[in-house]
This record gives sequence, C-alpha cells and structure tokens, in this order.
Amino acid sequence: MTARRAGRTLHGGRVAYAILVVAVLVSAFPFYWTVVAASRSNADLAKVPPSLLPGPNLMRNFEAVMEEADIGKALVNSLIVSGSITVGTVLCCTLAGFAFAKLRFRGRGALLAVTVGTMMIPPQLGVIPLFMLIAELEWVNQLQSVILPGLVSAFGVFFMRQFLVQALPDELIEAARVDGASSARIFWSIVVPIARPGMAVLGLLTFMAAWNDFFWPIVALSSQNPTVQVALRQLGGGYVNDQSVIMAGTLLGTLPVLLVFGLLGRQIVGGIMQGAVKG
Amino acid sequence: MTLTAPAGKAAARRRPSAARRAWRTVSPYAYLAPFFTLFAAFGLFPLLYTAFVSLYRVELQTPGDMEWRGFGNYAALFTDEFFWISLRNTFTIGVLSTVPQLVMALGLAHLLNYRLRGRTFFRTAMLLPYATSVAAATLVFAQLFGRDFGLVNYALGLVGIDPVDWQTNTVASQIAVSTIVIWRWTGYNALIYLAGMQSIPSELYEAAEMDGASRWRQFFHVTLPGLRPTIVFTAVVSTIGATQLFGEPLLFEGSVSGGISHQYQTLGLYMYEQGWGFFHLGRAAAIAWVMFLLILVLVGVNALIVRRRSRKEAGR
Repeated sequence: MTARRAGRTLHGGRVAYAILVVAVLVSAFPFYWTVVAASRSNADLAKVPPSLLPGPNLMRNFEAVMEEADIGKALVNSLIVSGSITVGTVLCCTLAGFAFAKLRFRGRGALLAVTVGTMMIPPQLGVIPLFMLIAELEWVNQLQSVILPGLVSAFGVFFMRQFLVQALPDELIEAARVDGASSARIFWSIVVPIARPGMAVLGLLTFMAAWNDFFWPIVALSSQNPTVQVALRQLGGGYVNDQSVIMAGTLLGTLPVLLVFGLLGRQIVGGIMQGAVKG
Repeated sequence: MTLTAPAGKAAARRRPSAARRAWRTVSPYAYLAPFFTLFAAFGLFPLLYTAFVSLYRVELQTPGDMEWRGFGNYAALFTDEFFWISLRNTFTIGVLSTVPQLVMALGLAHLLNYRLRGRTFFRTAMLLPYATSVAAATLVFAQLFGRDFGLVNYALGLVGIDPVDWQTNTVASQIAVSTIVIWRWTGYNALIYLAGMQSIPSELYEAAEMDGASRWRQFFHVTLPGLRPTIVFTAVVSTIGATQLFGEPLLFEGSVSGGISHQYQTLGLYMYEQGWGFFHLGRAAAIAWVMFLLILVLVGVNALIVRRRSRKEAGR
C-alpha cells in the first residue's frame, strides 16, 4: 500500500471500529442463530429465556430433514443446476463479450444496446410465457427447465466485454491473424487465457446467484425433484412444524455457498466492487 | 444473422483469401450466436409475450388453450381489492427497506474507506448476508420474529417493551419483511459505494482539508457529490428489486396471500397467487405487465429527480 491510491486514506478511529464490529455481528448473527436452532430440539426453542448456545441435536435434526424434505437430493440437484449454469454462462458470455469488445461487425451497437437495455428488466416478469414454454416442451419438474433459462446473463456479457476491452490488447489479435491463426484458435489460445480472471469472478457470482435463485425454480420444479431453494420453500410451507428441523435444512442448504464464500470471499468482494465501477 | 455463414463457406472453396475475408465478417456472429439464441428464446421472447398472454384467458392446467379476453384481465385486476392492497404494500415495504438500507450502506462505506486493520475481513463479513438465499434468510428471520418465542420479542422484553405481533400487525409485519431485505443487501450496497468512493481523486480531499473542512463536511461536500452516479445506480437497482419482492413475503409465514389479511402481500406475491394459487396465468401476466410499467415509471421518476438536482447544482 505504498503507492498513492485515489480516495481517502485517513485512519479509522475507535468509533469507526466499534460501528464496523457491530455491523459484522449483525451480519453474522443470523448464521450463528441458525446453527444454534439447528442443534437444539423444538422444545428448547420455545423456552424462556432462550438458549443462546449450540445444543447436541444437530445430527438428529439433519437426519430428520433429510427424510422430510429430501435435502440430499436437493443438494445434488442444486449442484448440477448451478454447476451447469456457471459453466454455460461463463462460456456464452466470454464468447459474446469478446465479440463485443474486439470485433467489428454490422449491428454491433444495436445488439449491445439490446443486451444492456434488458439487463435491468427483472426476468421474473417473463415467467408466465416461460412456464407455458416448458409446459409445451414437457420439461416441468426437469432440471433443464431451470438450467437453460439460467444461462441467459446480459450482465455477464457486459461484464466480460468490459473486462476484455481493457485486458486484451488489439495488437495481440492482429499478430495472431497475421500468423494465420484461425478464429477458433485465437479464441482458445489468446482470448481465454487473458479472460481467465474475469471468467473466474463471473463464474463465482453466477454460481451464487444460480444456487440462491428462487422464483423460477419454485415455479418450474416441485418437491419431487427439488433444488435446495424449492426444498426450503417446502420446509417453510407448513408441512414441517419442528422449527429446529427447518433450521437444520436451512443450514444444510446454505453451507455449500458459505463454503465457496469462505474460500473465495475476497475474490467475490473484488468482483462486486470491480463490477460496480465498470457497470 | 447466421444465414450468411453457408455462403461464406461456399466462397471458401473457390478463393481462400476471399474466404478468410468472408469468414471475418461472419465470425463475430458465430461468437454471439450461443448467447443470443438463448437470450431470444428464454429472455426476450417471454418478456414480450407476457403482454400478449395478458390479453387472454389462460389456465395453469391447460396452458395451450388461450381464449381472447381483451383488456378483461386488467379490468378484473383494477376492481380487485387485493391488487390495490398489494400495490400499496409493495410501495410501503419498498420505502421501508430501500431507504434505511441505502443510508446505512453509505455510512458503512464511509467507515470502510478509512485505513483499517483487517479491511478484507470487514468487507468480506459485510457481504456474508449476500451469500445467503432469500429462502434461507427468510426462514431464519421468521423464527427470530416469532410472536411467542422469537428472539426479537425476547430482546424487546429485556428493555421493557411488550411483545410485538410481527405477523398479523400490518406495520410490524412490513417492518419485519423489510428487515430481511435490509439485512441481505446493506453490505452489498456498502461495497458498491466503497468502490465509488475509491475512485474519487484524493486531491479533492486534500484541497478540502487545506480549506479547513472537517471530516463531516468533507463527507457532504466531496464524497456525496462524487458518489452521485453510484447512488443513482443503487437507487435504481434497489427500486427494481423492491418492485418485484417475492421470496421474503412468501416464506415469512409460508402462505401465498402474504398474511391473513394480505397485510404484507406484494405485487410479486400477488402475481404468484393468481398464477399458481388460482391458476389464472392470463391474469398473472397482466400483473407482470403492470409491474413492468411501474418499474419504467419509477426509473423515469428517478432520472427526473437526478436531472433536476444536477441542474439546480449547476445553477448554483
């Protein structure tokens, strides 16, 4: 940090630290409470004063929720769905982002404008025709009904375009062309290696968004073939009355993203801040 | 747009150099094809077709049968008391969740912008709620806001406040639902603001310091003006998010009606209730279209306010 940064470099005082620590506690408390509630019995949760420390029932509640909401299948399904969406989105967006960033062609401005213009329109507004479409294709309750629409990410295209505009020098592509490299070769051996950091960040953000997506999966899937969010909706829908079992399900469904976040939180923070400046 | 590809290939066999040139004009479209194919089928088509569907009677069990209704779905909507209730709720919950969220995010970003020990830790911890799903967060908060055994009421009891009925009381239930939104998005917005603050040139602060401006004045006279585009961005994104709020009110008590007397049902939830609770897909499409127009109006109002404010400032 010896280089001069833009922005403010004043030292934080005690008050600043105190407020930030409180904010961190508020952010983290619901997670802690999930662990507490998931490891207790339902009767414990109805006690006054409430117990604020984890109890011994975690495994029992895990077993109960596996049985009642099929969280195991939901986890596998969520992994398949989020994994496919992540790989597919990153690939599609890198291809399109590269074209928008570095290639000249007719209709470039118009196509980019359509992409960016729809970035702000919530996909939730299109669920009715989308549902009619997958009903027509007889995809209801099948994972591809969530995966395919999940691949559409106007934000991703824009993000990769912004990344490649800066990261990929024009001369590199020109030189490869002069050497007679084919378009496919240029993409795989020049664009992709340079795009990799951007692809990684986009992949992380996409994975989390896909894992947490709610509206469309509960419309397209049911409890017979659920993702984690569909299973959680079922848990919260009144079929299960045991609060500690519900919390055990919540914990199981959140752990995978928390794991990703724990390992790569720094990159995710960086990605969001980067996207903010560029977006 | 990809129709020209075969022609390009035919030319390739005749003259290699022309082929290369032809491929060069065509290949950009090949890069775009995967995205735009999916985009057309699963993004653009559903959005536009929503307007069309909203003019028909379509039932969930038989989505293939469409019966022309003209503006009947809209008429039915505007005479339904629950539509107006959910519109009002969307607005009040939107204000209750967006305003405190953005103000607190701004404050936190200001603090995060100081030189801190453990900055990465603070930033990451702040973003933790963003990593949880709506479903998980809402289930936990629904528990915390329990009327009889919830931790929130217990904590209120410790300071001598009577238990609040966070479910049936209209204002209380809307505050509870808004709390979930605020909890999930404040840290995210704080990081966006922080990114904006870091791109404000430090010379501006140095100049302000030389003029003897306090930290507080610097915040108002350097940070806030420099942050205006970012603030507009977050305001627009949060407004759009608030307009389509769905998961929180659905899972708060698990019912599609958003409470016994619809006291916290939002437009998003009302749409889901019409479509997947009562099987009226056509009517649900009409609601979606109303939501879309609402978003356009709100974003437009936002733009107007910004333009007027910057004009005022320019005239100062």
